[in-house]
Amino acid sequence: MAIDKHATPMLDQLETGPWPSFISGIKRLRDQHPDARINAVTNDLLGQLEHSYETRKGYWKGGTVSVFGYGGGIIPRFSEVGKVFPSSKEFHTVRVQPPAGNHYTTAMLRQLADTWEKYGSGLITFHGQTGNIMFIGVDTPNTQNFFDEINDYGWDLGGAGPCVRTAMSCVGSARCEMSCTNELKAHRLLVNNFTDDVHRPALPYKFKFKVSGCPNDCQNAIERSDFAVLGTWRDDMKVDQAEVKHYIADKGRQYYIDNVITRCPTKALSLNDDDTLDVNNRDCVRCMHCLNVMPKALHPGDDKGVTILIGGKRTLKIGDLMGTVVVPFKKLETEEDYESLVELAETIIDFWAENGLEHERCGEMIERIGLANFLEGIGIEPDPNMLSHPRQSSYIRMDGWDEAAEEWFARQAEAGR
Amino acid sequence: MAEMREPIESGCPDPWQYMHPVMRKNFGMWKYHEHPRPGVLLHVAYSGDKIWTVKAGTQRILDVFTLRKLCDIGDEFADGYVHFTIRSNIEYLVSDEAKVQPLIDALEGAGFVVGGTQNSVAMISHTQGWLHCDIPGTDASGVVKSMMDELIDEFRNATMPNRVHITTSCCQINCGGQGDIAINIQHTKPPKINHDLVANVCERPSVVARCPVAAIRPAMVNGKPSLEVDERKCICCGACYPPCPPMQINDAEHSKLAIWVGGNHSNARGKPTFQKLVAAGIPNNPPRWPEATAIVKRILKAYKEGAKDWERINEWIERIGWPRFFEEVELPFTKYHIDTWRGARASFNSSSYIRF
Repeated sequence: MAIDKHATPMLDQLETGPWPSFISGIKRLRDQHPDARINAVTNDLLGQLEHSYETRKGYWKGGTVSVFGYGGGIIPRFSEVGKVFPSSKEFHTVRVQPPAGNHYTTAMLRQLADTWEKYGSGLITFHGQTGNIMFIGVDTPNTQNFFDEINDYGWDLGGAGPCVRTAMSCVGSARCEMSCTNELKAHRLLVNNFTDDVHRPALPYKFKFKVSGCPNDCQNAIERSDFAVLGTWRDDMKVDQAEVKHYIADKGRQYYIDNVITRCPTKALSLNDDDTLDVNNRDCVRCMHCLNVMPKALHPGDDKGVTILIGGKRTLKIGDLMGTVVVPFKKLETEEDYESLVELAETIIDFWAENGLEHERCGEMIERIGLANFLEGIGIEPDPNMLSHPRQSSYIRMDGWDEAAEEWFARQAEAGR
Repeated sequence: MAEMREPIESGCPDPWQYMHPVMRKNFGMWKYHEHPRPGVLLHVAYSGDKIWTVKAGTQRILDVFTLRKLCDIGDEFADGYVHFTIRSNIEYLVSDEAKVQPLIDALEGAGFVVGGTQNSVAMISHTQGWLHCDIPGTDASGVVKSMMDELIDEFRNATMPNRVHITTSCCQINCGGQGDIAINIQHTKPPKINHDLVANVCERPSVVARCPVAAIRPAMVNGKPSLEVDERKCICCGACYPPCPPMQINDAEHSKLAIWVGGNHSNARGKPTFQKLVAAGIPNNPPRWPEATAIVKRILKAYKEGAKDWERINEWIERIGWPRFFEEVELPFTKYHIDTWRGARASFNSSSYIRF
């Protein structure tokens, strides 16, 4: 049955130019898909989108749609102009958790596509900004049908609303020489420990885990997660002096003086007359730059672990916050190490669930109560690595100073420092 | 109504089963990488094993035809294993160098764009926009398609001083995130309130609590309980709109685009940085948004010509200074560039360092 296609003069202009066009893709579903339901849904979707382009306004409203047993993971969308575009009047997104690190086989992708076109619009995004596979466009009854089918073969919903969200991790150990930790393991242990908190939103607001294998932070963990895990090392970086010489022979001394030696943020590098590299590891802050420029010659050390930063988020409500170092260094090798990582996450989430205001991210709570109170609340002792510099304001009551100083020396002695 | 079916709470799947065998074998044992050409990475393991990655840009919102086309290419020219990057590029993994060029040819032949590695302009990470969001001030995919049409050569060729991450966001919540260049909605007028609907639709105390500047208070309007906005305080952020749709913040005329630069989430050479405002009042102009793209191109041109190798946009500006940046990209400097939010003082110049 031929459908009455909406005219889309504005959207048609997004089919010109060399970059792949999402409009052409939606039109393929409208014009070529064997299922008349998909033809109709995508036709009305294009109609509504054209209407948005004409009026410069959005026409979707939220609502409440879920699957049995869960309270989140679906982004409900009901059209405000559903009378004019009835086939896409319910156009929900199903958020599905990807495998850690976003590895797929083509066979899996095909299986997902087959199920999706049975129930949904035929549009999929790999991945949304939180890290989910987003199956865009399904009506309310088929939300359950689609979920049942993919859930049977191994997929589960991600988070939506005030809950633990889908986590993200970089490609890391699977294909990167910079990796200092097993990102996949940390990612899965953390988020899968909170499956209940993913599916049943009951926290003050969202809580995100992100894992980057090194300080290059390809997953944007410091800026965009409440609980950022970054791989690092604490012994000396490894220097292959023969490879250093190769690099210098290739591009010349000046290039490496200008682009490595003088770019070190703590001036920890020095080039010797014989084209070997000296590294002052006590001064090195593991910024990664020299390793990025000379990946064949320089490598992370062997005593690897992670740095954990808490409280990163975007603008709402008090302004942008980066995560703050709460655990400067933690070994992540034995099963006990991983268990204590998960326990730390539990402690932090419990404390925040107890003390956070409604709609207050963990970082905003820390801002409100103060870092020192937060540390006390989660049972972590203060460490100068948590700060860029000590306080500048004298407005503080310090009658516990002597005790605190004694505790510091006792801890130092205990750690053999 | 379907039968009640208990969900299987399997959570995040184990990727081990879907990883290329060479990656499984050399997990955590990679030695170095090279960049044989834009869009291609070569990783070498301590075992001597090699794996090539071919990266391609797509339209991000994939229809099942396009997804299957990507799978067909993976089956025919790669080993059937793929990986997606954080910026929605698809990466094919091959362990045989002879497969690289045919794979590139197949991708390019099918209309995908091989590139996006190292010092290129990467795929723009973006939000849902008018296609699916409930509070968007503009579109996302359309803006990105228009910009990538213009920036495609910078995606294909790695000729920038360092990598460039561009993001777009269709409201001030900025799901698109921080970027070297971020193109975000900036509302310029307070919300228009439909007082007849507020009492039935909105949980008024939570809406009051949402406001970052305490500009919203409960009020009786036309004999009905509603909310009113102190427009002298209002910063037009739109935070009240998601929990209270009758407080319409989006406006075809007054929701403008703003451009921010210098967001950098890496720790390399310096600590991570947030993006700073450089341009605002840009018309929200579908279907092609030419005014925003023109400014982005000016910024990229000045950066490409002026920055040193490895300098990201924030580092380049830090070196040359903001006065020269505004001069080079021919953008006005206004009172709106001066921060007024908490911590603003830290951004003022309290030294005699002046740029001439």
